[in-house]
Amino acid sequence: MNWRALFARQEFIILLVLIALCAVIAIINPTAFLSVQNLFRILRACIVIGIFALGTLMVLISGGIDVSFPAIAITALYISTRIIVDTGIDSVPLAFLLGALIGLGLGLINGVFIGIFRLPTLIVTLGTLNLFRGALLFFVGSERIRLSEVTTNLADASRLNLITVPLARGEASLHFTFALLIALALLVWFILSRTMLGRAIYAIGGDREAAERAGFNIVRTQFFIYGFVGLLAGIGGIVFGILSREADPFSIVGTELDVIAAVVLGGALITGGRGTVIGTLLGVLLITVISSNLVLLGIPTEWQRFVIGVLIIIGVGIPALQALRKRRLRVQTA
Amino acid sequence: MATMQTPPTSPQKLRLDSLIPRDSSLIRLLVITVVIFIAFSLAKPETFPSGTNLEAMARQMSEIGILAIAVALTMLSGGIDLSINATANLTAVTAATVLTAMTASPDTDPGTVGLAIVLAILAGVAVGLLCGLVNGFLVAYAKIPPILATLGTMTLFTGIGTVVTKGAAVFGQARLSELGNGEIGPVPIPLVIFLLAAVVISFILSRTKYGFDLYMMGTNPQAARFSGINNRSVLLRTYLLSGMLSAIAGIIILGRIDAARIDFGESYVLLAIMICVLGGIDPSGGFGRMAGVVLAVVALQLLSTGLNQVLFENSGANFFRQFAWGATLLLVLMLNYFSQRQRQRRASSEK
Repeated sequence: MNWRALFARQEFIILLVLIALCAVIAIINPTAFLSVQNLFRILRACIVIGIFALGTLMVLISGGIDVSFPAIAITALYISTRIIVDTGIDSVPLAFLLGALIGLGLGLINGVFIGIFRLPTLIVTLGTLNLFRGALLFFVGSERIRLSEVTTNLADASRLNLITVPLARGEASLHFTFALLIALALLVWFILSRTMLGRAIYAIGGDREAAERAGFNIVRTQFFIYGFVGLLAGIGGIVFGILSREADPFSIVGTELDVIAAVVLGGALITGGRGTVIGTLLGVLLITVISSNLVLLGIPTEWQRFVIGVLIIIGVGIPALQALRKRRLRVQTA
Repeated sequence: MATMQTPPTSPQKLRLDSLIPRDSSLIRLLVITVVIFIAFSLAKPETFPSGTNLEAMARQMSEIGILAIAVALTMLSGGIDLSINATANLTAVTAATVLTAMTASPDTDPGTVGLAIVLAILAGVAVGLLCGLVNGFLVAYAKIPPILATLGTMTLFTGIGTVVTKGAAVFGQARLSELGNGEIGPVPIPLVIFLLAAVVISFILSRTKYGFDLYMMGTNPQAARFSGINNRSVLLRTYLLSGMLSAIAGIIILGRIDAARIDFGESYVLLAIMICVLGGIDPSGGFGRMAGVVLAVVALQLLSTGLNQVLFENSGANFFRQFAWGATLLLVLMLNYFSQRQRQRRASSEK
C-alpha cells in the first residue's frame, strides 16, 4: 500500500490524531498521563463503550442504525441482577449468560420489525428504546440495586483483574472484562471479514437490491444483526454493572449518540457498506482519551463536548469531502 | 414507497380521489386522538376535561410541537435534524444572557427592559439561524449525511453552551414570563405561537415555490435536480427554517421556566422525531403534512397527561408514559404497514 492510499483511510487518520493528541498531553503533563495507572484507567473506560461500539459497527455497515441498545443493556443488567438476587445463585457466568440471552431476545424484537416489516431502523429502534426502558422502569422496577449489599461473587467481580502491576506506590490493575472486549472484537472481526454472513452484512449496506439479487437472505441476515447487537448490548450491560458495582435502571440510556459518534469517527459510513473493527476501536479510544484526559491539558471539562463535536464534524466531513473531490476528478477526466 | 404528494399549485390537486388515500392516515390519527380524549374523560371526568387541565396540556405541547415542526421540515427534505434541542437551548442561553446583562437590577427602567426583551429575542433568533446555517452548509454543501452532520452539531452547540455557561443555569429575570405563561383571551400564548407556526409552515409548503421544491426534492433528489430545482438552496433554507423554529421553541421555554440550561429537555429530540412519524411524515422524505404533526402532538399530550392522572397513585406514571409512547409508535407503524400493503394489493389486483 502506498502512502497516498494509507492517508485516504480514515483509520490511519484517526490513529495519527490519537497519537498527536497523546503526544501533546504527554508533553504538557507527563507525570499524570504517562503512567501505567492512567493507561489502565483509559483502557477500563473503553470496555463498555467498546462492546456497544462493536454492535453499532455491525448495524452501521448493514446500512441501519440502532439507538435502542442502551435500553437493551440496562434491561438485561437489571433483570439479570434481580434474577440472581431472587434465586440466590450468585454466579458471574450466570449473570453473563442471562444478560446475553435477555439482550438477544430484545434484539430479535428489533429484528422482527426491521426484517419482516421492513420498517426504517432509526424509527423502530427509537420506539423500542422507549418501549424497553419504559417497561423496565414501570413493570420491573426503578430502584437502584447496589451489588455489594445483595451479592458477594458478583460484587467482588469488580476487583477481578487481568493484570496487576506493582508500582512504587500501590499497584495498577487492568480489569478482566478487557479481555472480553478483545475477544468480542476478534469475534466481530472474524464474522465480518471471514464469513459469508459478514459478506452479506457488507452487501446489504452497500446495495440492498443488489445483495438480494446476488442471493443473500436479507431477512435472515437482519435477524442475525439485530439479535447479535442485542446480545452484545446485554453483555455490555453486565460489564457495566460489574464495573460500577450497581444496577441503576437510570444509567446507560443517553450514551447512544456518543457510541455512534465513536464508530463513525472510526471510519464506518452511516449510509452502510463500510467500516472496520480496528477503526471502531480507535474511535472508541479517541473519544475516551478526550473525555478523560482533556483536563490534563489544562482544558476545563466544560470544553469536552465542544471538542468532541468538532471532532465528529471533521471526522464525517473528511470522507464526505473526499467523495466530492473524487467525483469532481472523475468528471474532469471523463 | 413514498408517493409524491401533489402540491396544490399543480392542477392535479383538483382530482379528489387522489386526496383520499393520503388522508386516510390523518383520519385514523384523528380517530385515535378523539378516542384517547373520550377514554380519559370517562376515566377521570372531574379532572381530565377540565379547563385548567386543557390549558396545562396546551402549554406543555407547544414547545415540543414547534420542535416537531422543525424536524418535520428536515424529514420532508429526506434528512433529519438532531440538533433542534441543542439549538433551542443555545438560543435560550443567549437570550437569558442578554436579559441578565441588561436588566439584572429589579429597578431597571421600563424603556431598557423593553429594549432588552427585543434584543434578547433578536439575538436568540439570530443564534438559531446561525445554527441552521451551519447545519445547512454541512448538509447541502459538504454533503454530509444529515443524521451525522446534525449529530455533530448537536454535540457542538451543546459544547459551546456548556463552555459559555460552565454548565450552570442562566436566569431570564422574569422578563419573558408573559410570553411563556400569559394568555391571549383564554388561549395560552405558547399555543398561539405553535398554531401560528403550523399554519405559516403549512402555507409555505402548499403555496410557495420553496414548498413545491421541497416535496419534489424529498421524493427524488435526482429528478428534482434534473427538473431545474436548486437542491442546495432548498436544503439550506430547510435547515435555516428548522434553526429558526428551534430558536422560537427555546425562547418559549425560557419564558415558561425563566431559566436556560444547556442540558434541558434531552428527550425532546427523540420525542419530536416520534411525533413526526406518528403524524405521517415519511422519514425518507417527500411525504407528510403539518396537520398530521399537530394531531400527533395533541394525541401524545393527551396520552401523557391522561396516563399521569389515571396512574396518579402509582409513582411510575412517567415510566408507563415512556412505555406507552414506544408502544404507540410501533403500533402506528404496523397499522401503516398493513394498510399500505392492503392498498398495494388492491392496486395490483385492479391492474
